Amino acid sequence: MRKIRVVIAKPGLDGHDRGAKVIARALRDAGMEVIYMGLRQTPEQIVGAALQEDADAIGLSILSGAHMHICPRVMELLKEKGLDDVMVVIGGIIPDVDIPKLRDIGIKGIFLPGTPMQHIITYINDNVRPRMEQV
Amino acid sequence: MKSLTAETDKQRWEREVVEPTLKKSPERDIPFTTISGRPIERLYTSDDLAGLDYQRDINNPGEFPYTRGIHPTGYRGKLWTMRQFAGFGMPEETNERYKTLLKAGGTGLSVAFDLPTLMGRDPDHELSLGEVGKCGVSIVSLADMERLFDGIRLGDITTSMTINSPASMIFAMYLVVAEKQGADWSKLSGTIQNDILKEFIAQKEYIYPPRESMRLVTDVFAFCSKEVPRWNTVSVSGYHIREAGSTSLQELAFTLRDGIEYVQYGMDAGLDVDDFAPRISFFFNSHSDFFEEIAKFRAARRLWADVMRDRFGAKHERSWKLRFHTQTAGVSLTAQQPYNNVVRTALQALAAVLGGTNSLHTNSLDEALALPTAEAATLALRTQQVIAYESGVTNIVDPLGGSYFIERLTSDMEQGARDYFQTIDRLGGMVEAIEEGYPQREIAEASYKFQQAVEARDKIIVGVNDFVQEDEPPVPILYIDESTAEKQLSRLEQLRKTRDNDQVRRSLEALRETARGTGNTMYPLLDCVRAYATVGEMCDALRDVWGEYEEVPLI
Repeated sequence: MRKIRVVIAKPGLDGHDRGAKVIARALRDAGMEVIYMGLRQTPEQIVGAALQEDADAIGLSILSGAHMHICPRVMELLKEKGLDDVMVVIGGIIPDVDIPKLRDIGIKGIFLPGTPMQHIITYINDNVRPRMEQV
Repeated sequence: MKSLTAETDKQRWEREVVEPTLKKSPERDIPFTTISGRPIERLYTSDDLAGLDYQRDINNPGEFPYTRGIHPTGYRGKLWTMRQFAGFGMPEETNERYKTLLKAGGTGLSVAFDLPTLMGRDPDHELSLGEVGKCGVSIVSLADMERLFDGIRLGDITTSMTINSPASMIFAMYLVVAEKQGADWSKLSGTIQNDILKEFIAQKEYIYPPRESMRLVTDVFAFCSKEVPRWNTVSVSGYHIREAGSTSLQELAFTLRDGIEYVQYGMDAGLDVDDFAPRISFFFNSHSDFFEEIAKFRAARRLWADVMRDRFGAKHERSWKLRFHTQTAGVSLTAQQPYNNVVRTALQALAAVLGGTNSLHTNSLDEALALPTAEAATLALRTQQVIAYESGVTNIVDPLGGSYFIERLTSDMEQGARDYFQTIDRLGGMVEAIEEGYPQREIAEASYKFQQAVEARDKIIVGVNDFVQEDEPPVPILYIDESTAEKQLSRLEQLRKTRDNDQVRRSLEALRETARGTGNTMYPLLDCVRAYATVGEMCDALRDVWGEYEEVPLI
């Protein structure tokens, strides 16, 4: 069975990439194939990479408060490209009031500050693997 | 002659007293290390200070190498400046917050700009989507800067502005506002961060390639030495390096090595070291490991004095003295049980004070969740006031000087930093080291190691990986909606209709022309600002000439 492929990206203008890099490395060390896109990626670039890399999941890191603009655009583009089965998770500073709104548009894992890396690894493993096996 | 294998008193104590005790009651089974992973012994004695010379290495406050402080009287003369970093939404909203902070006893202003401003983008740029006014105040043109400081006399206060890639543009705006208020530039005092090196290393808010960016910095040095002599032209920052995950030692080493790079570039640009070095200031993080931080601050002063006098041959004492601002560690704040953050911040602030900081920002309890509410920001300021007025620590200069542990740790930090200097010198300097990704890799490695230590519970974070509490009541947070973006977009549209656009075009072309040559960019920037050119337009003019920097994403 092939490895889980995850695109990790930081959309928006913010440059605080500590979290994104730590997670990217933790997922790689946990045996996943990680495509780390780096900073200032537009929703178009992120979805393009997911398509090109045949990703199973996309992880977004957003700390600046721009998530309510960026996430809907990413989900819309995924649908357009027929990639609705790619799981999208987000990590960062997300106010409680926005969490149900993000779930409504189809964001799966929402990981707030202090989430253990192991928790994120397990979440991706549990939620992506079954999809891969169906294929 | 003493035999090399002779037992020291400390070794004797370990053998005679400690070992029997350990047999009966062992120590806790945890690594006794600092938060940066530095092993700490159970006791320090005079044996640990062998080779240290009081006059040469420590000395009294106000005397070279200033390990114990740059002021002979410490905080007995003047307390540190209580400078709370603030900014959000519209300039008018932030102006109101400043007035609240000044009324509450704050003694200086510190401006937080939003991401579009920090990245030199106007609110109508596609990358500004969702970012306008979110992480700081939105400043588009001189008109916004006038609103930001409305009713605040720039001649009477000191202002720090956290701005880097567009530092010159924002500084030019500040100068024009001051000019319009009738203030004399030669008397203005404050700081622009203007530290582009740590942007490449850690915070990643860069626009232009490193060498062009360094030219903007040295242009400010040259401009200020003539026109605004009391202004701090750069705040060489370890804060962001630490927040990005470095150790305490890496913060110290990379920051001071950045400082060395700025001095070198200034001298290479033909400036006399003593004309600009006294206006270089520093900015450190105060993290949770109490003694390690205090040692870091003391080592920083000793190192800088030595570097300036001996490496650069600076003659003026003012060039040797390291002055610094401190901010408590944002990264140490937890979203879980946020009231614990008040305690963390108080301890970190105390470390900064015991380390002799010249100015201080204390974080608010809610900052792992959002920008602070006015109530949380006031409590953070009160924390400083309790330390300053109630704890008694300000009665004495460098109370920890002479502590076996603190002096040993200070010397170890100094030595560790010198080792890093050597490595970076070998790479050709900090610009070269950055181009090679060296400090970036070192920091990424340290941050991953720390995260693993937290996962393994070798490092305990109260409320996060121990003493966890389910069903916590939420704390009130500041929620910034989209109204700032809408208002700023319509103001921008209005501005473009009402200003003299020919004047704007001419001034931007003059800026490009200067950028292509070797003139000082500050002068054409002042003209652009007076014509109400926007931050995005000024930054774009330089993008046209210099291009943009892109880093290779590495994990």
